[in-house]
Amino acid sequence: MINYKTKKYLFSRVLDDYFTGIHNAYNFTARFFKEVFKKPFHLREVINQFFEVGLKSLALISLTGFIVGIVFTKQSRPSLEDFGATSWLPSLIGIAIVKALGPLVTALICAGKVGSSIGAEIASMKVTEQIDAMEVSAINPFKYLVVTRVVATTLAIPVLALYCSFVALYGSYINVHAEETSSMISFYQNAFKTISFLDIATSVVKTVVYGFTIGIVGCYKGFNATQGTRGVGKAANQAVVLAMFLIFIEEVLIVQVSNWLRYY
Amino acid sequence: MEKQKQHIINKEETVISITGLYKAFDDLEVLKGIDFNLFKGENIAVLGKSGTGKSVLIKIIVGLLKPDKGEVIVLGQEVDKLKGKELDALRLRIGFSFQNSALYDGMNVYQNLAFPLTMNFQNMPKKEVVNAVEEVLEAVGLKDKIKQMPSDLSGGQRKRIGIARTLILKPEIMLYDEPTSGLDPITSAEIIDLINEVQELYNTSSVIITHDLTCAKNTGNRIAMMFEGKFLKTGTFNEVFDTEDAQLKGFFNYNFIK
Repeated sequence: MINYKTKKYLFSRVLDDYFTGIHNAYNFTARFFKEVFKKPFHLREVINQFFEVGLKSLALISLTGFIVGIVFTKQSRPSLEDFGATSWLPSLIGIAIVKALGPLVTALICAGKVGSSIGAEIASMKVTEQIDAMEVSAINPFKYLVVTRVVATTLAIPVLALYCSFVALYGSYINVHAEETSSMISFYQNAFKTISFLDIATSVVKTVVYGFTIGIVGCYKGFNATQGTRGVGKAANQAVVLAMFLIFIEEVLIVQVSNWLRYY
Repeated sequence: MEKQKQHIINKEETVISITGLYKAFDDLEVLKGIDFNLFKGENIAVLGKSGTGKSVLIKIIVGLLKPDKGEVIVLGQEVDKLKGKELDALRLRIGFSFQNSALYDGMNVYQNLAFPLTMNFQNMPKKEVVNAVEEVLEAVGLKDKIKQMPSDLSGGQRKRIGIARTLILKPEIMLYDEPTSGLDPITSAEIIDLINEVQELYNTSSVIITHDLTCAKNTGNRIAMMFEGKFLKTGTFNEVFDTEDAQLKGFFNYNFIK
């Protein structure tokens, strides 16, 4: 007869739960890589999710990108004026937006908007047994819900970040044009003059990593939701907080690696 | 409601065979040694109060949960040992009707019903899918709701659509989790009729999990009375009902007072 009464912890309940959580997250991510290359690919659902992610965030990203461009230009101008270097403004803005602000602003907005939406949607499906219903109908819910969403965010965030960078540069151009009446072509030429292939490649890699993070964290939190409707809110909240936290850590690591590549 | 009583039960053929089944969640022992057989064409109603492990039992049968100990053989295959495609193939032969229907919120009725078909038989022509959906909607009497969203349906209609979604795969075994819970007596009676019609029309064998005496009496060819993770008594409704066991009597008396 099995004795269920005594449960022993390796360290303590909190520590055991913490390490179990890491182990589960690792298994969840590993399962994604195992399933993503297997048939069926559910391309239609990937496309649906891609548009869902893109369209949902487009308006907010347009507005935020535009404002970031204007504000950053306005705040940088006085410092450059002190040195008589306002002609460097487009280059400075170009570097700041393409290398850091564009990808980061896009990722943070999507972590809030898309990450929470994915977390809440999947958590709600979990607590109302819709995921179990898929499983008993011989449908792989991981493949249909998780893989499609993670692939969609991984592809959509780079496109959104590129769009955000262009809108932010346009916002910056409007500010520069109001002060110095420069043409848009010369502004964009100056903005991209100092940006290397490595800078653009790093930005693309960053956004791919951010997109993957937002998708996988949202799905993981949703898929492991418990405690009924309370769990839905909790999953959405945790998806945003954890995704943002990981995005900042990834930003630091990727910048370090890119700097290392630049110097060696 | 008496239709199922005339149904032919083949006692030579066992579709579900469970021996010595144990299941616990952390310190909580839920199933403490369950043994039962379900014969082809038979409906067994598992009766008991909430929290006795009834739903856990059918989740183990369909492979949603793993047993800690014991053997669960469904349609000749040990569920616990199956993985991937083998488990999927078995699940296609089992229908599971959830307590809260578990309809997909983002899909309308047609999409809910077509989803298991299009996912499992990707080359199936659209016309066949439409025909299959219309056929099961006809069987549950809700053909006019085909374009509605689950949120627009009543509790009883949601249960029917949930049952229709399982029927579309033409299962040999039906597992019903509290089919009448949360429904008014008239809608409950309609669902009970539907369960019996499904047994007739689709020649299914069913496990009906319920705490509702009327549902158990009118759908079960056999009743298994579950109490604290064990079957206390199994037999026809009258055999189970006619008892001196204090725990069983308490349950029946409470139901009648209610």
